[in-house]
Amino acid sequence: MRNFVSPAPQSFAQKALARAAGLPWTEIGQVVDARPDIVLSHDNTAPIRKIWQQFGMEKVVIPERMAITLDHAVPAPTTKHAQNHAEIRRFVAEQGIELFWEIGRGICHQVLSEEAVVLPGQTILGSDSHTTHFGWLGAFGAGIGRSEVATLWATGELWLRVPETLRVTLSGELPYGVTAKDFALRVIGDGGADGGLYMSIEFGGDGIERLSLESRMVLPNMMAEFGAKNAYIAPDGQVFDYLAQRQVLRRHKLRRNALALAEPALAAEIAEAAHRLAEQALYPDTGAAAAVEFHYDAGDLETYVACPHSMDNVVPLSQIAGTRIQQAFLGTCTNGRLEDIAAAADVIRGKQVAAGVRFLVIPASSQVLSAALAAGYIQDLVEAGAVIGVPGCGPCMGNHMGIPAPGEVTISSANRNFKGRMGTADSEIYVSNPAVVAAAAVAGAIVDPRDVIR
Amino acid sequence: MLSGSAWTYGDNINTDVLFPGKYTYTLSERADIARVALEDLDPAFAVHVKPGDIIVAGRNFGCGSSREQAATCLVYNQVGAVIAASFSRIFYRNALNNGLLVIVCPAAAAAIARGDEVAIDTAEHLIYCPAGAFSFPPLSASVMGIVAAGGLVEYVKRRLSGAGNSPTGVLVAGDGAE
Repeated sequence: MRNFVSPAPQSFAQKALARAAGLPWTEIGQVVDARPDIVLSHDNTAPIRKIWQQFGMEKVVIPERMAITLDHAVPAPTTKHAQNHAEIRRFVAEQGIELFWEIGRGICHQVLSEEAVVLPGQTILGSDSHTTHFGWLGAFGAGIGRSEVATLWATGELWLRVPETLRVTLSGELPYGVTAKDFALRVIGDGGADGGLYMSIEFGGDGIERLSLESRMVLPNMMAEFGAKNAYIAPDGQVFDYLAQRQVLRRHKLRRNALALAEPALAAEIAEAAHRLAEQALYPDTGAAAAVEFHYDAGDLETYVACPHSMDNVVPLSQIAGTRIQQAFLGTCTNGRLEDIAAAADVIRGKQVAAGVRFLVIPASSQVLSAALAAGYIQDLVEAGAVIGVPGCGPCMGNHMGIPAPGEVTISSANRNFKGRMGTADSEIYVSNPAVVAAAAVAGAIVDPRDVIR
Repeated sequence: MLSGSAWTYGDNINTDVLFPGKYTYTLSERADIARVALEDLDPAFAVHVKPGDIIVAGRNFGCGSSREQAATCLVYNQVGAVIAASFSRIFYRNALNNGLLVIVCPAAAAAIARGDEVAIDTAEHLIYCPAGAFSFPPLSASVMGIVAAGGLVEYVKRRLSGAGNSPTGVLVAGDGAE
């Protein structure tokens, strides 16, 4: 019997990667062979399949762990994109992959959250840089490349280095008009686009606990712009309930809107599922080391905007108020959820999109769209002159559905403002929170939403 | 020994300027991917780059998307290596996984000027340029194995067809990054 030395207090990343690699614990800097619970790919599944075919296998070894959504360019804008989607559908059928969602269901990170595919304490690797997203529910999520996904399909495992921890604490309640997006922008602005390079970002503090689940989703998602490997928020009862409901619905093949009817009958099953999720959750040990610590008092934060062409070019909204815009884009895996659409509707209700401005609203998923319809937000937006797009990534990375003309300025609720990001190099992108995007649509310029609501 | 002319760039060079997102699902041929490399950063690059040329940049090179073409567009232009003060983690993996040598060396990154002739001795971990010689932390033998094999796919193919160890668990700590 080997004599194990009791390890030092473990961070979340140490524990999660130990679990993924089947080890009792890990050290910072250790390289492990992780077997991720879920391997994510999207419209890039077809090119990944071409890489995988070089291994000469007929069947992938992990069909039950593969999750695929069509979201990046949907519905297909060109014949080439359509061929790409067709190849993916054939591959999904051939390989018997059940975790597959068609065009219009929504953005991968939102859909896999809504479908409770990724669970607390699990590891998800995806060929999408915003796979850090799943930290909102206490999972280890990291982006990888296409060759690595192909390797996972062929072998089921991949090397990962156990990262250092960067701890970000938020105390208190965010002031009116200041959102999780603003907090993320502030952190990135302070630390720089490489401030969290290679690190595991652990969020904590009562300010984080106060955030709605939809707001929590913003933070790990945005840490991709901080250089992070993954990010983490300690899952609580709200997270377990959210996922448990969705697990049970999926098990019974029930629609989301059947929940109200079905819930009493399924209450015991949902409670049992929530209990199991809580048992699987991972929390950092008290006293686990952090290489870097940031602390913020929520009351000191304000509304921020990331200016062209870098996400750490962050200024308070007041500094750039008055900047003219031609396009406002509300959507993406970062800020395309119900509370984001509600915030926009609250700003724009009874008003009109400014002349010479397009306001694009693209819900992050079909469930978000359905809920926004039921709540009347979509009607508010459409009557104000907004354009509603098919749930998916929309124009975020310049594929389609809202590419700016040369010389134009876009304000966006997305996550990147790089030169050429939305398809046109000679254009500018400002990134902020959903209310600021809606207010800019009304004013034709970047303004404080309070000036529009008044 | 690798050698070539230096193409120098600044900090936070992102994947959108290395390989624009609008091409991610429309270009699949090597020549097409090579042609649009750095299109929105330096249109002269793809026209004038020569085999073996070396890209030199500041901090956080390759930040942004996970798109592997940000690395393969350099490989398809036969870039010899990228030297940077630091790399974004997904780009770093993608580069090595496609056989592209990436070297973390802040001192050399700061000292090399555009057009400088640069030579890299991978065995001795030294970069030679007009400003002098700079050493860089060695990559492990197993990482060099991936690079030498021409990338992860070839490397895994060899592992799957025989040799015992786990297919990918080959890298050791201290590889500079990731």
